[in-house]
Amino acid sequence: MKQRQQSAILQCEQVTVEFDGFKAVQGMNLHLEQGELRFLIGPNGAGKTTILDVICGKVKPASGKVVFKGEVDITRKKEHQIAELGIGRKFQTPSIFPTMTVFENLEIAMSQNRGVFAALRAKMTQADRERIIAQMVMIGLERKADWRAGLLSHGEKQWLEIGMMLLQEPEILLLDEPVAGMTDKETDKTGELLHEIAKSRSVVVVEHDMEFVRNFASKVTVMHEGKLLKEGSMEEVQGDDRVAEVYLGKRRDADVSRSTA
Amino acid sequence: MQLRTLTPQRIYILIGYAVAATALFCAPLYLNDFRLNLLAKFLAFAIVALGLDLIWGYTGILSLGHGVFFGLGAYAMAMYLKLEASGGRLPDFMEWSGLASLPLFWKPFESFGFAVAAGLLIPALLALFLGYFTFRNRIKGVYFTILTQALVIITTTLFIGQQALTGGTNGLTGFSTLFGTPLAGEGMKHTLYYVTAVLLIAAFVLCRFIVKSRFGKVLRAVRDGENRARFIGYNPAVYQMVVFSISGALAGLAGMLFVLHVGIISPSMMGIVPSIEMVLWVAIGGRGTLVGAALGAILMNAAKSVFSENYPDAWLFFLGLLFVIVVVFLPKGLVGLFSRITFRKREESEEHEAAAAISHPAVRAGNG
Amino acid sequence: MEVLFLQLFNGISVSSILLLIALGLAITFGLMNVINMAHGELIMIGAYSTYVTQNIFMDLFPESMFGWYFVLAIPVSFLIAFVIGLILEFTLIRFLYGRPLDSLLATWGVALVLQQLARTIFGAPNVGVTSPSWLNGGLTVLDGVVFPYKRLFIIALVAVTLFIMYLYIYRSNAGRRMRAVMQNRDMAACLGVSTRRVDALTFAIGSGIAGIAGCALTLLGPIGPSLGTYYIVDAFMVVVLGGVGKLIGTVFGALGIGVTSTVFEFWTTASLGKVLVFVCIVAFLQWRPRGLVAMRTRQLDS
Repeated sequence: MKQRQQSAILQCEQVTVEFDGFKAVQGMNLHLEQGELRFLIGPNGAGKTTILDVICGKVKPASGKVVFKGEVDITRKKEHQIAELGIGRKFQTPSIFPTMTVFENLEIAMSQNRGVFAALRAKMTQADRERIIAQMVMIGLERKADWRAGLLSHGEKQWLEIGMMLLQEPEILLLDEPVAGMTDKETDKTGELLHEIAKSRSVVVVEHDMEFVRNFASKVTVMHEGKLLKEGSMEEVQGDDRVAEVYLGKRRDADVSRSTA
Repeated sequence: MQLRTLTPQRIYILIGYAVAATALFCAPLYLNDFRLNLLAKFLAFAIVALGLDLIWGYTGILSLGHGVFFGLGAYAMAMYLKLEASGGRLPDFMEWSGLASLPLFWKPFESFGFAVAAGLLIPALLALFLGYFTFRNRIKGVYFTILTQALVIITTTLFIGQQALTGGTNGLTGFSTLFGTPLAGEGMKHTLYYVTAVLLIAAFVLCRFIVKSRFGKVLRAVRDGENRARFIGYNPAVYQMVVFSISGALAGLAGMLFVLHVGIISPSMMGIVPSIEMVLWVAIGGRGTLVGAALGAILMNAAKSVFSENYPDAWLFFLGLLFVIVVVFLPKGLVGLFSRITFRKREESEEHEAAAAISHPAVRAGNG
Repeated sequence: MEVLFLQLFNGISVSSILLLIALGLAITFGLMNVINMAHGELIMIGAYSTYVTQNIFMDLFPESMFGWYFVLAIPVSFLIAFVIGLILEFTLIRFLYGRPLDSLLATWGVALVLQQLARTIFGAPNVGVTSPSWLNGGLTVLDGVVFPYKRLFIIALVAVTLFIMYLYIYRSNAGRRMRAVMQNRDMAACLGVSTRRVDALTFAIGSGIAGIAGCALTLLGPIGPSLGTYYIVDAFMVVVLGGVGKLIGTVFGALGIGVTSTVFEFWTTASLGKVLVFVCIVAFLQWRPRGLVAMRTRQLDS
């Protein structure tokens, strides 16, 4: 157990979240290893997004705690403090700054001192510029540096947001349905990006698209009604009866709706 | 975009600045004293507009309380002038109210340096204080706006109520000299005009620096999506507090200059109506552009002094309708209208996107 | 003992006036998220409607009937403010849904125009409205403690208005449609509710209640074109303190501000009392940033 705690970059212990008496998450445990890519799946209302909200500080749990790197208790910290510690969050709907250019979006996301006075004095160095340009190349937006972010397509906005997250250089990246609403081509490209990202940091991905998840040989956590249902490889999870009952049964419907959408 | 090459557009802008600065400094040559004094007052108003634009146009927070910050600056200067005019005796209105000696908090205002510092710092600190108790708790949007308006009401009632300390409804007036030189003298008028022009340019440069710095970009990010900014590690509350405070200090500076030019400050000049008129200057000129805000203040006040003298009733109708028209049809103000006419080639949708985001800050801030 | 009674009564009386003024706002601001700065001017319109009704009674009806003008003035004020609210919604407000700060600025412009209009029609000086004789005098509760009938009447009027609004919003079909639209516009539209009609009606009802408030204010003193501006910010504070979306919050908000300001003004001066009330409100918002009664949903950011 001790061994495990030391290598774990994030531990959620017995986290319970209540919304006016409704328990969205009940006693959830999640251990994330350094450098791990973890998928969080489960039917609607399973509490997947809520647990991400707890980790990044958007929602305060009624009980339980979240520990970062085995020592920092981040349960009661504010969102911006958690972000500064090194936990980045990408929301389901693309949330970029629409009136700012792609370049500016990346510029303010770039890891740097977030204080007011530092921001007043900050200068764009050659190294910074190269970093941002390299990032734009990676997300494929280098030719749209001067575009207002609000004008990008849905997929481009998602990539921009992922690019922003990466420049932020978090140790843990929380992604909420990164391929929702994307075309197949966009989905493939996002998959490539994700492979690239997972090389250097720990990532938690909430995902509905099982085809997408299958592309990655990594651990899968299944949630159901706010609780942990099953954890293991994709094969193990798919072989589990309870999972088939609550989740895979519904998956077929989900696939149907996807193909007709 | 990062390269500082001299594109034709940049050259036009630079020429524009040069012309504006020249016109500003040559004004005493072609304006009579009365007009020059009016212009000086408008320039002071332009400083308020710049500060208001920082908080509203760039950060998306509407303050209807800038009259208070303006007024506090004005009162600080007025207290100094009043003491100088009283020449060591008790100011007249205090005598009438039956005060025996100068109240303690008036004493330091015998020093010009203290008065100026107070005129900048008191508004800045009040803004910081109000900002601390609101932004920290994410009280924003409409709620914040209403609280600033309440601040105006209580400040004016307080100033009216404390007749003996503040001069009550009449405010402070009857000043004579500054550093021993009569305020009404021609030389003094010209000097004060130049001081105001220089300070306006300084305020403009300061605001431009803020807006162009990374700090300014974070402000726009907070305007576009406060929560998003939070999740990439910025604490919006601190940024909002700092910019609100700077904005308050600029209003205070403008208030000090206003008193020097006009020679009176009373609670009615810092009330609800002047506060909201300040917002109109920025709205008409174009929120989110510094030039627009400053020009808006100057043009609106020029229009006001022409119309309201001749047709006082029609002026209020006009002002009201202007408010409605600008808000509904011209969310980017005159500057937006102007650039739409000149740069027609630019994509319409781009304009739209920006206008929508600027006019819906509260809505945007809500999206995670 | 007498002092306590009197202060308590004064507090409730002030609260009732605040509540009457804020009720309309609770609808337009609380339910529709439109910041109607012209609300004060709708109050002013209600007051002038009462003034005109009074004049018509004086001119056309025998003196014995005069006492009854006020009974008629209440629905008249409501109707006139209602119609003007409807016009306002149709010509302006509907362009401003979802833009609360812009609605604030635009309606302030409307407020200026309406004030100036009133000045043009009725003149700038205040005019007095003669209260009906049956509202003069008061109820003697204890020796030296008299509750004026006018104040009691306003309290009763507020209670009745509140009750009717409660029935309308929570017990009628129209009210159900209104709540549906305010809570989930798209869904309501899908279910066949005409959101345009509901919006217009809701705004007009809020305006009409402002008219009733204006009518009640004529009992308390002379009225003028800038009558509304004295009350508008206080009314907004009531809604902010009470919380948005539920009527009961507005009731508590009005009681809170009304009673505390009466107490503070009794202890200190009128101007200091106002400052203290403001400080209390800001302090209170530290504890509950969304006001007394806030509608909570899973969407924490809504």
